Amino acid sequence: MTSILMGAATLALMAGAVHADSHSAATADKRIALSNNYAGNSWRQAMLQTYEETAEAAVADGVVAAADAFTTSENQTTEQAAQIQNMILQGYDAILLNAASPTALNGAVKEACDAGVKVISFDSIVTEPCAWRIAVDFVEMGRQEVDYLATRLPEGGNLLEIRGLAGVSTDDAISQGIHEGVEKHSQFKIVGSVHGDWAQDVAQKAVAGILPSLPEVVGVVTQGGDGYGAAEAFAAAGRPTPLIILGNRQDELKWWAEQRDANGYETLSLSIAPGVASLAFWVGQQILAGEDVPKDLTVPFLTITQDDLDSALETTPEGSVANVSYTLEDAQAVIAGAK
Amino acid sequence: MLARYRILLPVISLALLLCLTFWMQPRAMSYFGLNLLFNLAVPIALATIAQMMIIMVNDIDLSLGAFVSLVACVTATWLNDAPLIGVLILLALIASYAAMGAVIHTLELPAIVVTLGMSFVWGGLALFLLPTPGGASPGWIRALMTVKPPLIPMAVVAAILIAALTHILVIRSKIGTVLRGIGGNTRSIARAGWNVTALKATAYGLSGLFGVLAGMALVGLTTSADANIALRYTLLSIAGVILGGGEFTGGKVSPVGAVIGALTLTLAASFLSFLRLSPDWQIGAQGAILILVLTARLLFSRKGAAT
Repeated sequence: MTSILMGAATLALMAGAVHADSHSAATADKRIALSNNYAGNSWRQAMLQTYEETAEAAVADGVVAAADAFTTSENQTTEQAAQIQNMILQGYDAILLNAASPTALNGAVKEACDAGVKVISFDSIVTEPCAWRIAVDFVEMGRQEVDYLATRLPEGGNLLEIRGLAGVSTDDAISQGIHEGVEKHSQFKIVGSVHGDWAQDVAQKAVAGILPSLPEVVGVVTQGGDGYGAAEAFAAAGRPTPLIILGNRQDELKWWAEQRDANGYETLSLSIAPGVASLAFWVGQQILAGEDVPKDLTVPFLTITQDDLDSALETTPEGSVANVSYTLEDAQAVIAGAK
Repeated sequence: MLARYRILLPVISLALLLCLTFWMQPRAMSYFGLNLLFNLAVPIALATIAQMMIIMVNDIDLSLGAFVSLVACVTATWLNDAPLIGVLILLALIASYAAMGAVIHTLELPAIVVTLGMSFVWGGLALFLLPTPGGASPGWIRALMTVKPPLIPMAVVAAILIAALTHILVIRSKIGTVLRGIGGNTRSIARAGWNVTALKATAYGLSGLFGVLAGMALVGLTTSADANIALRYTLLSIAGVILGGGEFTGGKVSPVGAVIGALTLTLAASFLSFLRLSPDWQIGAQGAILILVLTARLLFSRKGAAT
């Protein structure tokens, strides 16, 4: 009797061990490919680098057999569609996709799904239902900006909104979140709105142009890549620096640290980490391992607070964006959160 | 003698590249693999034929990529939502291509300038129609482009059909012979009593027709469109015609060669990607393949002239 119980216990233990191992062992012979449409800015460069680091470590640990990265040379949908079809031919088990178009790759993605290849789109996602989508809740990002302002400035005041590139869905989404936030915290009022195109120089010019017509501004809500330009414009106009939400760019963080050391400036910085590619990698690995993963996942943003500023600034190369490399545990948490 | 050998080099280049690809990626050597390798070559082949119609009459079309993109946008919006209006728009586009040919001839304008200008018109219209990517492919086009015929994959069947039909149209038919004559010697054609303006309009109209087919085929594969979807086709189509044994002057074109040229270009891109060449080098390597083939052709034709 005891031996039977012992046997059962051993079996259960073994089953547990097998289960714990299944995450890596099940995918040891699987091959993952990254299809990327563009590599021409610092964000994408950081993304490719993070992916390569994650992939190299995973291949060395025997988690997957291969994890190659491909970038198209001309950022054209027809070229990326051909690239995806080539990946099917090359026998990859999963394709991670940062897409040139939300819809124009659907044909190729469908071909991949029909061939049994798992397609995980992230950052710029595709609409084909058979693919997984790791999307960013940009609306929530806008809301969080105003929520933070409400904690810092309970009595409210006038806000200046800096928007991104007109006509891009990301810009609409963040702006929508900001306006929802202002509705919720009715002590705030947006008195001006300019397009900064996510670039410091453009933002600086735009803010400098609108500033003379504005009353006192207590806060600036931004989309990333525009906070430092806004600060410069305020300084040039001789106006007091308002509370500017930043977007994790190295120049923004550096300016923040300087201000903090000079006058105790406090703010919040948030944006999407290029490391989302590593999250996509682990989600792909989980899907290949047979885990039940919902088709729609949400990426957390990377938030930098006053306390993390020094460490973030230290790890961010000049001219780049604060980054984080996601781990298997992060991916499992994201998957669990979506269920 | 030259005309017969002109087709030889494109065939050899394609065969060589195909062997190398199969050697690198044995998986491609199957019904499924061939279809994946070549299905995106079908719209490129049609665009190459469209470009060939223009090169045949000694002109060049720099607006083709924008035109195919516009057709793709029309196909994914109007042709899908209101087929009748969609067909009318596409017919109007073909007619405007024919008109462009007539204008270029009667006003003696350089085609390179007119088509470059028109590329902005097509591009603007495409953006107007689809400011953000979207639309959907009409079901029957999607079905046609994903059909699985027995034994031979769709992409290969389509390439053979396009090559055979355009060969009959351009090389064997009466109108094709006269059109090639315009490229060879416009004056003799005019003196023989032909209306050159009408003929040029016909050549451009045919080009428009194949451009429309290219755009429709492309949407059938991608399932949706955006305003920049086919911008690469301008250069790809010119390269395809030349790779297929066509020449910029003298009405010397080969429809079969043009289709093979389009297939070769598509295959070259896949081959380079199988080689795992960094994208920074891929455009250069694609150019190198082109130069290699053209050099080979020059050597052959020199030899042919010497003997």
